[in-house]
Amino acid sequence: MGEAARLARAVFLPLGTTETDDRPMIFSMQLLFEAVVFGILLGCFYAAVSIGLSLAFGLLDVPHVAHPAVLVLGAYCTYLLGSYGWDPIIAGLALMPLFFLFGVAMYRFYYETFEKRGTDAGVRGLAFFFGIAFIIEVGLILAFGVDQRLVEADYIGKSFTFGEMRVPLRMLLAFGIALALAAALTLYLSKTFTGRAIKAVAQDEGALRLMGADPVRIKQWAFGIATGVTALAGALLIIIGPVEPMTDRIYIGRTFCVVVLAGLGSMTGTLAAGLILGISESIVLMHFGASWAPAVAFGLLLVVLGIRPQGLFGR
Amino acid sequence: MKSPKRRSFLMAGALAIAFGVSAPVAQAQQPIKIGHSMALTGTLGGGGKGALIGLQMWVEDVNAKGGLLGRKVELITYDDQSNPATTPGIYTKLLDVDKVDLLIAPYATVPTAPIMPLAKQRGKLLMGNFSFQVNSTVHHDMWFNNPPWNDAASWSDNFFLAGKTFNAKTVAFLVADQEFAQNLARGAKTIAASLGLKTVYEQNYPPATVDFSSMIRAIRAAQPDIVYVMSYPNDSVGIVRSVHEIGVGSSVKLIGGAMVGLQFAPVMESLGSMLNGWVNYATYAPEKTMDFPGVKSFLERYSKKAIEAKVDPLGYYLPPFNYATGQMIEQAVTATKSLDDKVLAKYIRENELKTIVGNIRYGKDGEWAKARMVMVQFRGVVDKNVDQFRQPGKQVIVEPAQYKTGEVLPFDKASK
Amino acid sequence: MRRGVLRFEICAAAAVVLAGIISLSGANEYFFYAGYVVLQFVVLATAWNILGGYAGYVNFGTAAFFGIGAYTGVLLFKSLDAPLLVQMAAAAAVTGMLGFGTGLLTLRLRGIFYSIATVAVIFIAETLMMNWRYVGGATGLQLLRPSPMVPFETYTRMLFFVMAVLAVTAVSIARYIEISWIGRGLRALRDTEEAAECSGVPTLRLKLLACTVSGALMGLAGAPLPMYQSFLEPASSFSLNYSVVALAAAIIGGTANWLGPVLGAILLASMQQIVTVTISSEMNVLVVGVMLVVFVVAAPDGILGLIRKLRRPRAAGRSPP
Repeated sequence: MGEAARLARAVFLPLGTTETDDRPMIFSMQLLFEAVVFGILLGCFYAAVSIGLSLAFGLLDVPHVAHPAVLVLGAYCTYLLGSYGWDPIIAGLALMPLFFLFGVAMYRFYYETFEKRGTDAGVRGLAFFFGIAFIIEVGLILAFGVDQRLVEADYIGKSFTFGEMRVPLRMLLAFGIALALAAALTLYLSKTFTGRAIKAVAQDEGALRLMGADPVRIKQWAFGIATGVTALAGALLIIIGPVEPMTDRIYIGRTFCVVVLAGLGSMTGTLAAGLILGISESIVLMHFGASWAPAVAFGLLLVVLGIRPQGLFGR
Repeated sequence: MKSPKRRSFLMAGALAIAFGVSAPVAQAQQPIKIGHSMALTGTLGGGGKGALIGLQMWVEDVNAKGGLLGRKVELITYDDQSNPATTPGIYTKLLDVDKVDLLIAPYATVPTAPIMPLAKQRGKLLMGNFSFQVNSTVHHDMWFNNPPWNDAASWSDNFFLAGKTFNAKTVAFLVADQEFAQNLARGAKTIAASLGLKTVYEQNYPPATVDFSSMIRAIRAAQPDIVYVMSYPNDSVGIVRSVHEIGVGSSVKLIGGAMVGLQFAPVMESLGSMLNGWVNYATYAPEKTMDFPGVKSFLERYSKKAIEAKVDPLGYYLPPFNYATGQMIEQAVTATKSLDDKVLAKYIRENELKTIVGNIRYGKDGEWAKARMVMVQFRGVVDKNVDQFRQPGKQVIVEPAQYKTGEVLPFDKASK
Repeated sequence: MRRGVLRFEICAAAAVVLAGIISLSGANEYFFYAGYVVLQFVVLATAWNILGGYAGYVNFGTAAFFGIGAYTGVLLFKSLDAPLLVQMAAAAAVTGMLGFGTGLLTLRLRGIFYSIATVAVIFIAETLMMNWRYVGGATGLQLLRPSPMVPFETYTRMLFFVMAVLAVTAVSIARYIEISWIGRGLRALRDTEEAAECSGVPTLRLKLLACTVSGALMGLAGAPLPMYQSFLEPASSFSLNYSVVALAAAIIGGTANWLGPVLGAILLASMQQIVTVTISSEMNVLVVGVMLVVFVVAAPDGILGLIRKLRRPRAAGRSPP
């Protein structure tokens, strides 16, 4: 009995530790405050990165698992333009119309091949986007190699000092642009004609058709916007930190966590959900260490799916 | 029913391929095949590319002299992408498909760790390439490592000695959760304790981490005197950038220690002035105390080839030692007139080997009997200039006393 | 029908005997090294298809069960020096329970939600293993293999034979499920779950059964991995590549019948091994991705479906093999 107990202790006690663990961790109000601030900045970035998915999946019901791959593709395109001297933000803006067209084409193909034919489309549509995500990822490896890539700009590497805290400028910039993007998209959907048509198509496609509008063209347009927005989000991604082709895998968790937590179809919810995720990740990072951080997004996702699958603001 | 037959047919087809691959080859004037994987891409790629040139230079030189035992030497290289998941498959391929005679290990600890059991169980001589303590659990007796370090003390002693100048009392550890850093950290913590240093912070991060700002903030809050970082190139760059961006606090007098990557010329060039003040390990710096015979001429030859190949033009870290690995193989094979792994291993274990990085003798577990690592502090580095590092004074050797060319300065002063 | 069953069992036994003969023959060692991987994917694809093809629940989480199987094996090896078969039995038990548990939690979700939840399981499992120092943490664990059991010359050959037996077992189980009342129930709920429930099909029990069996088989495929590599680390053990290849193999081969995943896996995995040796390992993932998309778009019933279409004049009314 003693032998078994000793064995069990040897095996299970090291759970949550690493070889060299003494684990003196620091806890202070200052650190907590800094973690929350960083979490807010990060959270807005997560919202910007997920807002395209909120549109594509939340409103249009497209099982777009390739969204994180498109995000990383946007980051690499920004890197490519950056190597010619383009400023990353300008590059991101310039890529938006290109990605818009890419999105339109992707949706059109998806619609013709799957959505029109119904029934089994769910499984096949998912498998299709999964395959696309992999093709993008491997394409990036073949084109750029597995090395990490970063961009240089004047605002990357500097920081603002607020009292005892130093906030990196690149985070503030990403935060600002993310907010602007979220606000712009929300306004677009609620104030403009096409925006409201998109919301209408999400609510009741049949009714819209009866009123004479073509739902397919509207959905196509919406998916294009979702993809175009992701190009700018990709630029933000590579401003915030280095990227490599496999970066899309961790972002599957983050983007879907935000979209599901927000509730399908809610744009303002996306911002709130992003903030929740950002702050949670930041606090886990501070208190439990970097090795638990990857599980936060996925864990939160499972919790939301288990307890309240319609999310915070969902329909 | 067609299906089981189809299955057997497919199996037969696969068999045909297998037997075809193993068809016997004519003997005699076959080249001697030396197989290895090298990190040509991924986090270690910046160093691996230069290392490969060093090895290829040895192959050229030895073939120009007529080869080994009258046969030409052929180097078979695969890119392992700095990824430990690829090396078992690559080395199995080298042994069973390419049928190499001799093996050289991958560059660095992390890609090498997975193949140690394989090398031991197949009874193959394995020439190490800049791994750290990777043989400490497997205890393969035919392993010979080429870098000028052996155990944790050979690394940490000098680093903590530099800290003594500042009367340091507290230390923080920032350690990657991978084989190299964990091996090193285990030893370092014991040494720190024996020196009476108190650990005020410790963080192990997963190798894929890209954002270090929260860890740097925590370090700043802990206010240590020494920050001992054990990292691989991608993280080293991230950590230096992060400290430059948000600062590590005025309490820190000494920071660095075991950061791989700050020896690669492309990294040194891209980090530029951000490096000033950091104290890190090196195997060679162009200071007058390290002018070993043969190194300068090698580096000049290397530089020409490297610039052509658009690779690390300085070659201060890996290339001379990779060339030395070739020289060790050459000496052992020539002296024993054999390619047998056991015979060669016995020779290497018992004799002194003469190379361009000095005379090497092996001690316990296949590491150098006498270490020769130095700690350097970056001073006066400017941005976007790789040739500045050819002058003495950019990497001042601060420990050990035998090679010292300057006193270590506190971090906040030296980083200006 | 009875004749068909007997014929299948004879062929299955013949396959096992053939594998045994090959592993004792003088073939090149690398053949067994690569062949192990092909057989491994036969098991993974077959296991995936039980839930994905028969029941219509697209599981992206293959890598989680595979990786947990590998870690269970290494845990038993390191703590108790357990022999391979004991490791595999333990892995099957653990991943079977994991399959059951994830089934309970996630089967209320439909379509993409279910799939994303399964991805979440992968990352959470990986993070747990990264934080468990005893099995190596993020650094990984080096292992020295024991000597192989008597008739086998090398450990790799023994593993090849074990995986061959496992593949035959998995296919037999899948075939049994397909032709029995379980398969009929799963097909009913794949087509329309509400209608199936209304007609009295015990959908939840069937789904849970499929999850458990699928998970256990995937864990069995993963258990010998640490012995195969003499090394284990989390990032590669939980790689999404396992999920993609298992899914792609089943879809490319054809999801309606037990033979589809077998064909798909042999085709894809062999191609991968050949491409890895001759070209590069990226190309093999690209090939998988492209073939998946092509088949999903153009030939949704897979290779089997294409064959059926070609044989259509004669195919009407044939019973399953």
